[in-house]
Amino acid sequence: MMRLSFLRTRSPGDIAFTIGLVIVCAVILFVTLYPIYFVMIASISDATMVATGRVWVWPQNISLFGYEQILEDGRIWTGYRNTIIYTVVGTAVNLLVTLPAAYALSRREFRPRRVLMFFFAFTMFFNGGLIPMYLLLRDLSLLDNWLVFILPSAVNVYNLIIARAFFENSLPEELYEAATIDGATYFQFFARMAVPLSMAIISVIGLYYLVQHWNDFFTGLVFVRTYDKQPLQIVLRDILISNQAFSGGAGGSGGSGGGSYAQQYADQIKYGVIVVSTLPVIILYPFMQRYFEKGVMIGSVKG
Amino acid sequence: MTAASPAQSRPRQRGAAALVRHARRYWQLWVMAAPAIAFVAVFAYVPMYGLQLAFREFDFSAGLTGGEFVGLKYFQQFFDSPQFWTLIRNTVVISLTTLVAGFVAPIALALIVNQVVGRTRKKFLQTATYLPHFISIVVIVGMLQVFLSPSSGLITRVAEFFGVTGVNFLGSSTFVSVYVISEVWQHCGWNSIIYLAALASVDTQLYEAARIDGAGRFTIIRHIDVPALVPTMIVLLILNMGNVLNTGFEKIFLMQNPLNLGVSEVIATYVYKIGILSNQFSYGTAIGLFNTLINFTFLVVTNQVAKRVSNTSLW
Repeated sequence: MMRLSFLRTRSPGDIAFTIGLVIVCAVILFVTLYPIYFVMIASISDATMVATGRVWVWPQNISLFGYEQILEDGRIWTGYRNTIIYTVVGTAVNLLVTLPAAYALSRREFRPRRVLMFFFAFTMFFNGGLIPMYLLLRDLSLLDNWLVFILPSAVNVYNLIIARAFFENSLPEELYEAATIDGATYFQFFARMAVPLSMAIISVIGLYYLVQHWNDFFTGLVFVRTYDKQPLQIVLRDILISNQAFSGGAGGSGGSGGGSYAQQYADQIKYGVIVVSTLPVIILYPFMQRYFEKGVMIGSVKG
Repeated sequence: MTAASPAQSRPRQRGAAALVRHARRYWQLWVMAAPAIAFVAVFAYVPMYGLQLAFREFDFSAGLTGGEFVGLKYFQQFFDSPQFWTLIRNTVVISLTTLVAGFVAPIALALIVNQVVGRTRKKFLQTATYLPHFISIVVIVGMLQVFLSPSSGLITRVAEFFGVTGVNFLGSSTFVSVYVISEVWQHCGWNSIIYLAALASVDTQLYEAARIDGAGRFTIIRHIDVPALVPTMIVLLILNMGNVLNTGFEKIFLMQNPLNLGVSEVIATYVYKIGILSNQFSYGTAIGLFNTLINFTFLVVTNQVAKRVSNTSLW
């Protein structure tokens, strides 16, 4: 930042401070990024080299064994397909429900909005808990039904509040008055003015919802039995954590394989699976990150 | 009808007229809000209504609202169960440690990043540190398992290099540390964004004045940066207190193994096992309600205290 540049005088204390700062920042960066980097290089290195600790900086004896196994295994692709469907449909429903409501709640002349805000915000701090939710979904025949990934999470109150704050603070009131004089209704104003002028916030909460669906593990665990309907995260759990065998035979290490042959290959597949499942997020990340930050900023406006 | 009725009905008529006027004017806003209201009513408030199951015997035909009223039977059963104190202890230890570490680390990180000179460098550091926030919990636990594997894990080997041998990091002795450190690793950067925003809005004249008065960089951090963060800290602290018994179910559940169950079984995982896996619906609901009530109390109390002490509060 420009504003700190006047601090750059060169007293010995300052130089020591700067050196300390550089070291601390380097450590922070290393600790954050190295584990991710290591998974990437380990996934394309020879399993024995990884297991014996000879992979640190560069991949060793490039081997795509893990990826070959993953490509042959149908489960990951079924999981991928399901997750993509749930994410796309889910996010669309989220936006269709959240944005109009946020706009309605942002209108200052709409008196019931205070009561409605309480109605929404209260659910952030108090809820019925797992079992009543389970029984409700059972009564609604949503157990083991793919709609369970879409409907119960249709509104996220935090996102609703962010969107409302944006509509309230960023749409000029004069614009609304001018549109009203021209005879625009709330529907028309929302569709023709509010939405086109709010692409920033729509991207932000769209991305929040997207990540939420992509990483959703809980719904599949508790509310879905049929394996064909399970999302990627459940498949990942079975491979990464429950050590279920791969169709190719490798992967089922049976737990404490003590550095055995099977264990090495199981780990090799795990590194590959981590990369395959996390890659979409990592690739999109540089493009998305400015939106995420914007969301936090808007959310911090007390509303 | 009594003689008083015409006089009484006039305000009522006016009320009805106001209602009609309101509906005519705002029906479009109601239509826009309706789907969200309906979803929250069904998926948040109906389960709250279903909480009465905690005080009733579960009855398959009656469903959500339960059968015969049994009062506090299931709460009593929970308080008397041999698991009770273990669950409370585990839950409190894990959530308090996470709360403290997860509260302090983002503040420290924001103060450090804020010292970095140069917009691009600062931006890069910030962006890099919140990348892990978007990795799914399943993958994080998967990474912990391969890194901490007793035979070949990366971290196990680093620990051996420093002379720490024979520790199973996924076992009971280090479970809490592993959980908390990985939480901080994943969310510290993300949670620091809001503090960095607060620091960016500090009036630059303050720095200049402090500089002219001969303040060193640590002095400036202590007397200008930290006070600038206090309002944000208080709001986040209140919000965190409202979750004091809400340990992350998913992550703990995934990290559980027979070796660490003694320290890793918390209320949330227990509710899942009792309620969903062994179908004791009433008992599970009671334990869940107990948990929610404690959280809610913490939230309200912290909010009141903050209001008294600092005039900052959620409501």
